[in-house]
Amino acid sequence: MTLVLENLTVDHGDRRLVSLDLRIEGGEITTLMAPSGSGKSTALNAIIGTLPQGFARSGRVLLNGRDLTRLPTRLRRIGLLFQDDLLFPHLSVGGNLGFALPSGPDRTKRIAAALASVGLDGYAPRDPATLSGGERARVALLRCLLAEPEALLLDEPFSRLDAALRDRTRSLVFDRARNLGLPVLLVTHDAQDADAAGGPVLTPLGLPAR
Amino acid sequence: MILRALPRLTLALMAGPVLAGLAGTAYPALRDGARAFRDLAAWTGLPRAAALSLGTGLASTALSLFLCTLVLAALHGTPTFARIRSLLAPLLAVPHAAAALGIAFLIAPSGWIARALSPWATGWTAPPDLLILNDPYGLSLTLGLVAKEVPFLLLMALSSINQTDPDRRLTTAATLGYGRVAAFVLTVFPTLYPLIRLPVYAVLAYAMTVVDMALILGPTLPPTLSQQIAAWQMAPSLTKQGTAAAGAILQLGLVLVALALWRAVEVGARRFLTRQAALGHRAAGADLPSRLLALLAAGTLGFGLFAGLAALALWSVAADWRFPEAFPHGISLSAWAIASPDLLPATALTLGIALAATFAAAMLTLACLEAETRFGLTATPRAMLLLYLPLLVPQIVFLPGLQTLALTMQIQGTWPAVAAVHLVFVLPYVFLSLAPAYRTLDPRYATTARALGATEARVFWRLRLPLLLAPVLTASAVGMAVSIGQYLPTLLVGGGRVTTLTTEAVALSSGGNRRVIGTFALLQLLLPALCFWLAIALPRMVWRNRRGMQT
Amino acid sequence: MQRRDFGRLLAGLALTPALAGKTFAAEWDSILAAARGQTVYWHAWGGDPKINAFIAWVGEQAQDRYGVTLEQVKLAATTEAVARVQSEQAAGQTTGGAVDLIWINGENFAAMKSAGLLFGPFAESLPNWPLVDTTGKPATVTDFTLPTDGFESPWAMAQLVFEYDSVSVKEPPQTLDALGEWIVANPGRFTYPQPPDYLGTTFLKQVLYGTIPDPALLQKPVEDATYTDLTAPLWAFLDRIHPALWRQGRAFPANEPALGQLLADGEILISFAFNPGRASAEIAAGNLTDTIRTFTLQGGTIGNASFVAIPFNAAHREGAQVIANLLLDPEVQARAQDPAILGFQTVLNLQALAPADKSRFDALDLGVATLPPDRLGPVLLEPHASWMTRLSDDWVKRFGVAE
Repeated sequence: MTLVLENLTVDHGDRRLVSLDLRIEGGEITTLMAPSGSGKSTALNAIIGTLPQGFARSGRVLLNGRDLTRLPTRLRRIGLLFQDDLLFPHLSVGGNLGFALPSGPDRTKRIAAALASVGLDGYAPRDPATLSGGERARVALLRCLLAEPEALLLDEPFSRLDAALRDRTRSLVFDRARNLGLPVLLVTHDAQDADAAGGPVLTPLGLPAR
Repeated sequence: MILRALPRLTLALMAGPVLAGLAGTAYPALRDGARAFRDLAAWTGLPRAAALSLGTGLASTALSLFLCTLVLAALHGTPTFARIRSLLAPLLAVPHAAAALGIAFLIAPSGWIARALSPWATGWTAPPDLLILNDPYGLSLTLGLVAKEVPFLLLMALSSINQTDPDRRLTTAATLGYGRVAAFVLTVFPTLYPLIRLPVYAVLAYAMTVVDMALILGPTLPPTLSQQIAAWQMAPSLTKQGTAAAGAILQLGLVLVALALWRAVEVGARRFLTRQAALGHRAAGADLPSRLLALLAAGTLGFGLFAGLAALALWSVAADWRFPEAFPHGISLSAWAIASPDLLPATALTLGIALAATFAAAMLTLACLEAETRFGLTATPRAMLLLYLPLLVPQIVFLPGLQTLALTMQIQGTWPAVAAVHLVFVLPYVFLSLAPAYRTLDPRYATTARALGATEARVFWRLRLPLLLAPVLTASAVGMAVSIGQYLPTLLVGGGRVTTLTTEAVALSSGGNRRVIGTFALLQLLLPALCFWLAIALPRMVWRNRRGMQT
Repeated sequence: MQRRDFGRLLAGLALTPALAGKTFAAEWDSILAAARGQTVYWHAWGGDPKINAFIAWVGEQAQDRYGVTLEQVKLAATTEAVARVQSEQAAGQTTGGAVDLIWINGENFAAMKSAGLLFGPFAESLPNWPLVDTTGKPATVTDFTLPTDGFESPWAMAQLVFEYDSVSVKEPPQTLDALGEWIVANPGRFTYPQPPDYLGTTFLKQVLYGTIPDPALLQKPVEDATYTDLTAPLWAFLDRIHPALWRQGRAFPANEPALGQLLADGEILISFAFNPGRASAEIAAGNLTDTIRTFTLQGGTIGNASFVAIPFNAAHREGAQVIANLLLDPEVQARAQDPAILGFQTVLNLQALAPADKSRFDALDLGVATLPPDRLGPVLLEPHASWMTRLSDDWVKRFGVAE
C-alpha cells in the first residue's frame, strides 16, 4: 500500500502553508515536524479533505493509485488518530468499535477479539469515561483500525500521555501499522516521536526538519 | 439541494409574516389621508401613554441588564451561582401572565405580603388604601418585567459567556490585583455584551409593548400605549381600528427611537469602560458590596416569583381566606372542580399547539445548523437580525395585519394556523438556545466518524443528535414554554375559537375570581416546568451509564 | 259571483291561522333538522366561572334535546366578537363566519345592527317567543331605546343594585346624595369600574338620572346644545367624590368582577352589580362574606336585558336559533334565576307559563342578600346609546389621565 502526496500545496491568502511532494510506502512512517501554528494541521486537513473555506489547495493525494483529492472524507479510507482519543461519550466501548466496523456478521465476536488483542478482554460494555488514559488510547487505535483503513494519519496522538504510557502506546501503534503494512504520516512537535518513527522527518513545506 | 437552501428558507419563513403583518397594519393607518393619526393625536392620554411605554421599557431593560451583569460579575463561578443557574430554567418557564398574576397576588394591598404582616406589624385589619398595583408610573409593571427578564438575560449571557474565555481573563486580571467585579466588568463584559446585544434589544422591544403583563400590573389612567392599541383594536367601531393601526405605527416608531437611544448609550458606555480599563483602578473594595447587592437582588426576584406562584397555588385550593389572615381556613378543591371542564380541553389544545410549533421549530433549527456545519455557512449579522425580527418588531404592531391576512386565507381560528404563528415566535428562541451547543461540539468527532467511513446522515443521526440530546431537549422545552405563554397571537389568529390556558387565564384575570385564576395560572406554569424537567431528566436517564455525558 | 268570492275569503280567513301555524311549525322543523349535528360557537364574556358553568349546562341540554353542540368562546370583552365579525366583513367573508351567536346588548348591538352585521329578524319567530314578557318588561324589546326588531333575542334581565357589608355599614344610603355623603365620610371605601367599562358607565348614567332635572331627555339622543348644562351636576358630583374614592381615584377596577373582588377582599364597603342575585350567589359559592346585603336607590335604578344575536355570516345560524330558543325555555330560565346557579332575573311572563313551569320559579329560594321583587324598586330604562358613548368619552377626557 502506498500514500502519495503529489505536489500538494495549500495557500492561505498569499501565504504558503503546505508544500509536500512525497511517497510513503506500506509500513513506512514519515514524520511532519514543526512548532504549532506552522501548517501541520492544515496539511492533515488537506489530506483527509476537511480544509476550511479560504484555503487554496493544489496537487493531488493518491492512495494505492486512487486519486482521493475530490473524494469526501468518509470515502478516503484514511484512518485518523487525534491527540485526544475522542471516544464518543454516548456509546459504550463496544459501541464505539461497532461504529467503526463495516457491516458484516459476527460483530460482537470480532469486537471482543479486537479488544482481547490489546489486553482489554471484556471491555465492550464499559463506559469510555471509566477507562484509564492508556486504555482509551488503545480503544481509539482499535476503532481506527477496525474501519480497515489503507493509510494512517496521526495528529500528535501521544502528546497527552505520560512518558511511560507514551512509549508503550507508541510502539503499539507503530507495530500494528507496520504489521498491517499501512503507510503512516505522523504529525508531531516532539523529537522523541520522530526518532521512534524512524522514517524521514520533514516540515510542512517539505524541507528536512533537521 | 434542499438542505443547503434551508437557512434562507427559514429566514424567509421568519421575516415573511412579520413584513406581511406590518403591511397589513400600515394600510388602515395610512388610508383616508392621515385621519387615523389625527384621531390618535386627539386622545388626551397619548403623551402620557407614549411616555409610559418608553419609560417602563427603558427602565426595566436597563435595570434587568444591570442586575444580570451584577450577578454574573459578583457570583459567576461560585457555588451560589451554580444554585442560581439551576433556578434559571424554571424561572424562565413561567409565562409572563402567570408571573404577573403571581406578583399581583403578592404585592397588592390585599396580597400575601400585607396579610403576612397584618395586623401584628401594620395594624391593618382591612387592606390599606395604597396604590400599589396599576400605579400611574408603571413601577409594578417595571418590577414584573424585571423579574421575568433578568433570568432570560442571564441565560442568554451564560450561553455565550464561554466564548469570552472568562476564567482565564478573570484569573489574569486577579493576578494583576483586580477585584472580581472590576475584572469582570473591564475584561469579560466588553466582549460578552456584543454577544447578548440582540437579546437585550428584544427585551427592550418586548418590555415597551407587552400587553398581557400590562393588563394585570400596568397603569390604567392612562394605560400604556400598547394596552390602549389592543383596546382600540377590539373596539366595535371601525374608526377605532384605524386609530389602533395608527397607534401601532407610532408604537413602532417609539421602539425604534428607544433602540437608537439605547445604541447611543452603548457607544458611550463602551468608551467609558475602555477609558476606565486603562486607568488601572483595581476597585477591589467594590467586591463585597456588589456581592451583597447581587445576592439581595437575586434573592428578592427569586423569592418574589416563587412566593407569587405559591400564592397562586394556594388560592387555587383555598376554602375561606379573608384579610388579614396569612393562610386560608381550609383546603377546597371546588375551584378545580368548577374549572376542570374548561381546564382539560384548554390544556390539551395548549399542549397540541406547543408540540406542533416546537417540533417544527426544532426540525428547522436542526436542519439549519446541520446545513451550516456541512456547507461551512456562517450566520451573518444580517441573518441574525432577520431571525430576531419577530422578537424585535412588537407583536402589537404586526399581528393585527397578520390577523387580516389569516382571515382572507380562511385559516383564522384553526389551531394549525395558531401553531404556525407560534412557530414564528418559537423558532428564534429554539435556534438561539440550540445554536451555541451545536456550534461548539468538537468538530473532530465528526471528522473521526467520517474517517471511519460514516456518511453525513450517519454522523448526524448516530453522533451529533445523541451527543446533543440534552441541548436539543432544553431548546425544545424553551420552545414549549414560549408557545404556551403566547397571548396576543393566540387571541388574534385563533379568533377566540382557539382557547389555550393563557387566553383563558388572561380572560379570567379580568374576572377577579382568585381561586379560578389560580387554577389556570398554575397549570399554565406547570406545563412548561414539566417540559424543562423532562429536558433535564430524560438525558440523565438515557445516559445514566455514560459518565462522559453527564453535565 | 260576489258571494262566492266572499265565501272563499271567509274560508281563507278561517284557514289562515292554521296554515300559518303549519308553515311556522314546518319551518321550525326544518331549522331543527338543519341544526342537528352543528357546532354553535357562542361568543360570550368568559370572566365568570358561574356563567361559564351555566353555558356548559345549556350545551348539555342542547346536545340532549336537539343534537346541537355548543362551544363557548370565552371573551375578555364582547367587542372582541364584534371586531371579529367586522374584520370578516372587511375581508369579504360573507358565509362560514366564526361567530354563530353573541351575548350582546347596548352599543355593541347598535353598532352591529346599523352596520348590517346581524342576521334576522329571527327572535319573534322562535317557538318560545310568546312566553316573553314584552309588556311588563319593555327592556326585552327595547335595547338602549333602540327597538330590537327581532335582531336579538333576550335571555336575562338585569337591574343595578348596590351591595354593602351590613357589619360596617349600618344604614345604607337611600338616595344619590346620601351615597355621595357616605363616600366622602368614608374615604377609600367606594369606587366604580373604569369607563368605558360597561358597569362603570352605567354608574355614570345612574348618577345622571339622579342629577338631571328631566329624566325623559335621556330617552332621546344627546343634543350638543344642552349636553354641557345637563351633565354639569354629574361632573360636579364626581369631582366631589373622587378624592374620597378607593386609591383617591388614581386607579379604578377594570370591570364588575374586579369590583366584586374588592368587596370580597374588604377593600371597599359599598359596591354595585348589574344583577340583583349576584351577592346571594357569591355568598352561596363562598366567595363573599354572608354579611353582605343589597339595596337600591329611591326613584329606581337602571335595568336592561341581556340578548343573543346572530351575525349575518354565521356558519351555523340554524343551530344558533335553536340555542336562542332554548335560552327562553322555562326550565333554562328558572335555572338561570336560581341564586345558587346565576341569580339572573327571568325575561318570561310568569303568568303566561303552564303551572308546572311556573312552580319551578316559585320554588326558588331567593337567597339571603337578594331583595324580593317588590322591594327592588322601579326599573329605569337605559338612556339612548349616544349618552353612553358621550359620557364615557367625556369621562376619559376628564379623568383618563391622572395627575
